[in-house]
Amino acid sequence: MEAHSSLKPLVAVLVPLLASLLIMLSGKRPNIRELWTVLGSVAMFGIVFSMLPSALGSKYPEIVLFTISPGIALAFRADTAGIIFGLSASALWIVTSIFSIGYMRSLSEEKQTRYYTCFAICLSSAMGIAFAANLLTFVIFYEMLTIATYPLVIHKESPEAIQAGRKYLAYLLTGGLVLIIATALTYKYTGTLDFSPGGFLSGVVEQHNLLPLFVLFLVGLGMKAALIPFHSWLPTAMIAPTPVSALLHAVAVVKAGVFGFVRVIGFVFGPTLFHEIGAGNMLAVMASITIIASSLLAMYQNNLKRRLAYSTVVHLGYILLGVALLSPSAWVGGLVHIANHAAMKITLFFCAGAIYVKTHCENISELDGIGRQMPITMGAFALVSIGLVGMPPLNGFISKWFLGQGTLAAGEGIYLIVLLLSGLLNAGYLFPIVRRAFFAQSSKRTKFAEASILMLAPLVLTALISLFLGLVPDGIFHFYSLAGNVATSVLAGAGR
Amino acid sequence: MFQVLLDHYPYYLSTALIVIGVWGMLAKHNLMKKVIGMNIFQTAIILLFISSSVKFGATVPTFDPKLGLENTALYVNPLPHVLMLTAIVVMVATNGVAFAILLLIYRRYRTLDEEEILRRMRE
Amino acid sequence: MAQLPAIIPVSLLLSAFVAFLVGTFSRSLVYPITLLGIVTALVTAVMGLIRVLQDGAQHYYFGGWPPPLGIEYVLDHLSGFMTVLVMFIALLSVIYSRRSFLQEVPEKIVPLYSLVLLMLAGLTGIILTGDLFNLYVFLEIASLAAYAIMAIGNDKAPVAVIRYVIMGTIGACFYLLGVGFIYFATGSLNMGDVARILPGIYGSRLIVVAMTFIVIGMALKMALFPLHIWLPDVYTYSPSAVVALIAPIMTKVGAYVLIRMLVSVFLPNYLTSVLPVTLMIGWLAAVGIVAMSIMAIAQKDFRRMLAYSSVAQICYVALGIGLANPFGLIGALLHILNHAFMKGCLFQISGGIRYRAGLWQIPQFAGLGRHMRWTMGAFTVAAISMVGIPPACGFFSKWYLVLGCIDAGNWVFAVVVVASSLLNAVYFFRVLEKVYMVPSNNDSTVTAASDPPGEMLAPILVLASGIIILGVINAVIVTQILEPIVSLAF
Repeated sequence: MEAHSSLKPLVAVLVPLLASLLIMLSGKRPNIRELWTVLGSVAMFGIVFSMLPSALGSKYPEIVLFTISPGIALAFRADTAGIIFGLSASALWIVTSIFSIGYMRSLSEEKQTRYYTCFAICLSSAMGIAFAANLLTFVIFYEMLTIATYPLVIHKESPEAIQAGRKYLAYLLTGGLVLIIATALTYKYTGTLDFSPGGFLSGVVEQHNLLPLFVLFLVGLGMKAALIPFHSWLPTAMIAPTPVSALLHAVAVVKAGVFGFVRVIGFVFGPTLFHEIGAGNMLAVMASITIIASSLLAMYQNNLKRRLAYSTVVHLGYILLGVALLSPSAWVGGLVHIANHAAMKITLFFCAGAIYVKTHCENISELDGIGRQMPITMGAFALVSIGLVGMPPLNGFISKWFLGQGTLAAGEGIYLIVLLLSGLLNAGYLFPIVRRAFFAQSSKRTKFAEASILMLAPLVLTALISLFLGLVPDGIFHFYSLAGNVATSVLAGAGR
Repeated sequence: MFQVLLDHYPYYLSTALIVIGVWGMLAKHNLMKKVIGMNIFQTAIILLFISSSVKFGATVPTFDPKLGLENTALYVNPLPHVLMLTAIVVMVATNGVAFAILLLIYRRYRTLDEEEILRRMRE
Repeated sequence: MAQLPAIIPVSLLLSAFVAFLVGTFSRSLVYPITLLGIVTALVTAVMGLIRVLQDGAQHYYFGGWPPPLGIEYVLDHLSGFMTVLVMFIALLSVIYSRRSFLQEVPEKIVPLYSLVLLMLAGLTGIILTGDLFNLYVFLEIASLAAYAIMAIGNDKAPVAVIRYVIMGTIGACFYLLGVGFIYFATGSLNMGDVARILPGIYGSRLIVVAMTFIVIGMALKMALFPLHIWLPDVYTYSPSAVVALIAPIMTKVGAYVLIRMLVSVFLPNYLTSVLPVTLMIGWLAAVGIVAMSIMAIAQKDFRRMLAYSSVAQICYVALGIGLANPFGLIGALLHILNHAFMKGCLFQISGGIRYRAGLWQIPQFAGLGRHMRWTMGAFTVAAISMVGIPPACGFFSKWYLVLGCIDAGNWVFAVVVVASSLLNAVYFFRVLEKVYMVPSNNDSTVTAASDPPGEMLAPILVLASGIIILGVINAVIVTQILEPIVSLAF
């Protein structure tokens, strides 16, 4: 594994920032403004995609900028783990941009310039998180992400939105601050913050300091990763416009949290050390509780987006369970699920958005018979629901398969039971929606048509991508190979 | 004990004056009395300094041809005197500023009682 | 150029007198003379700092008398850093102030600017001097000028200022007492000399008392909790441009004096071993941060909120001093720099809102974001920095403070530093919500408001961009300027 100096990771972070500036300046001309968004997203995806071959070949593009604190530099490195997150976020920004244009224009929302500007800044921060080469760079962009997403959460500016924004900030800022303390402690103990596969803490830090240090990281990252008991901001934040919920809460913000766990467990602690101190069991138990409890909570939600939010919490639990186990298959399953769940969840949110735009219905109880009037939308919804339950031929099955294998390989069969049980529970809260949409009689007189093509195309695309990744897990994006790469480098020599 | 008091009486007196001054500044309600307390406080500090310059059997620190320059123990330490000249000037300037501000306050509020002024200000 | 340390305060003194004399004949010439004086001092200060970075500390002996006989002026990393900071903020504040003064107190321009120059002369004198008593003299020069400037204005300012006069004089006189005791014990008034002599007499009770008096005196001057009582009223009722000038720099110079005592006179192992003064400062600061942030949350008046916030931020600096370790001191010094920029920007914004809309109660700010775009944009940047979000500079001073707390093993302080960011977020985001989101109920003062004129807006924007720039280049500042200071002490 070598690193060669390249500007590409930096460019990937800067392109969205440049786009946000251009968006802000062309606020008066909506078409030009939307053009910048789309151009920026395509450009960013292009750059990240171009770094894929080198990541697969284990030659990582890296750039070290200036010193940001004595001894620590602002540095970016596009390694395999970062590419997984970066690739899924940037690919999905393209479709979300197109969906946003359709959504915003259909509803004639206000403050669109602010919306698109902040969106671009958020993506820039997400790239910074993905490609950060050390903990301090990670923390800097992590905090920037929190602040950049705030204007998006409170977009509607209604009293509920402002309250939701306050709760959002309270949770996420607290997490960020605890993360700062954890980072400072790590720096004090070891004198370095550079991520290295297999961790850099073993042998340097005394044993009894390690578990408290991990607890700090757990709280700091767990807020963003919506781990129970830190999850309650996520359903509340569903007050945001649907594209915001789609990308940020299904893909960027919460995925940044679990990605943080990947970095901390794989590249700071190291999985072997992680298990030696007992943190592995702790995280696996918390993840399992998250999975089960959140699935049960999801079934009680009538608001569609809130139900999807709790579903996100469940699947984040899957990813965390994967990285908590000491087994390559579990890691592969967890990492691949970062991308798979992103594709599936974003489809669901797009469907919810399309339904809201056309019918102004937010609750599941109002969705009777909608499937017959919006067949494409609900068809995509149904297809992806199968994947979320974990059935073939969708990508959800792939992740579940590897997670299941991993639980057995790590000798923790109990988690396999958790996975299987949660599959049933997933079905329990997703399939009723599909049933009502297609088979129930609508009590409404009005006929609804499908949403505009700008909204329809993205959701069909992401549904098809989910199907494609289920059939060819390593297709185009090579998520499977990337995940395998990460697992081997991180677990070098450990586990089965 | 009495001997200690007698030996170090300048310090005790200065300290007493300092305490009186500070008490005046904090406890009195009339603004003019506060300023007077401030004066007492500053004067006491000046006294303390000057009393530190005294030597037994020494005279004022101006050159006396009869005494000459070889034995400096015959002259009182001039440095604190010089420092305190500056401090007195500072004290006077502070008084000037304080009185000017008191004039401003009096013209507006027609009273110098702190409680009364604060009450009117908060309204 | 060996006279650099002396030129800075002397040029400001000279400008003060010239400005006053010229002003009695022609009022319109006062402002240019003031600007000229400040620019001269700023340029000299920057040249001095560059000199120090290349060659090391510069010493200047007034009248050619070497210490301990004469008065010595020292330009080293710490004083160079502080001087450049003070003069830069002063320049921006004076440029900002012209319109504001013309609107609020037009007939008093001449004495105002002369006193501003006098105050700056006093402040730079405090920073540059190497003589303990000379510091007292300049301290009083600066303070008296500041009292006078602050009392100009409306009816309530004099009442607030008289309290400041009383408490400030107590502070300065306590400092004088402390210096006196040092003189009694060591026989010298020169800082370097005293530092040389002190280790030999560490057990002396006279020195302990001296140090206590000096610390309490400067705590009064820098408004360390619980001696901060004069500050909120003064910052609320003085003219806004005056507060924009004084708030970023006056209390910082008080903190500077404490740091100078720590670094150059009483070395840290004295302050920690003989009498745990730093521990006490640290704990008072920790309580102060929390208490003052909570008080800030309770305020409806924007300026009062910023005043309590300033006390809390000075307590951060005191916390860094109280930790008495390298990272703590770096955090404290960096926070002096960062806070000067942040609070300078915030008070100027407050003045701008007052200038354009005549408003200073937060509930009345509803919907201003739409009308005063640039100003509120700068406010967002400053607010983000105060909360401590990177890449704004506020994050980095907190980062170093947390590192210092961990070094000292003091978890309570670390939690206080970090948790107070949340408290800051509460009161700043509350204003942001009002400004950007709550729709204006078509209040005509709000809809008629626009950004302040260029003269006032430019300094605001310079400070706001400075906040981000300082954050990004903070490592340069730390390694080049701050670490040499810290290595003097530890």
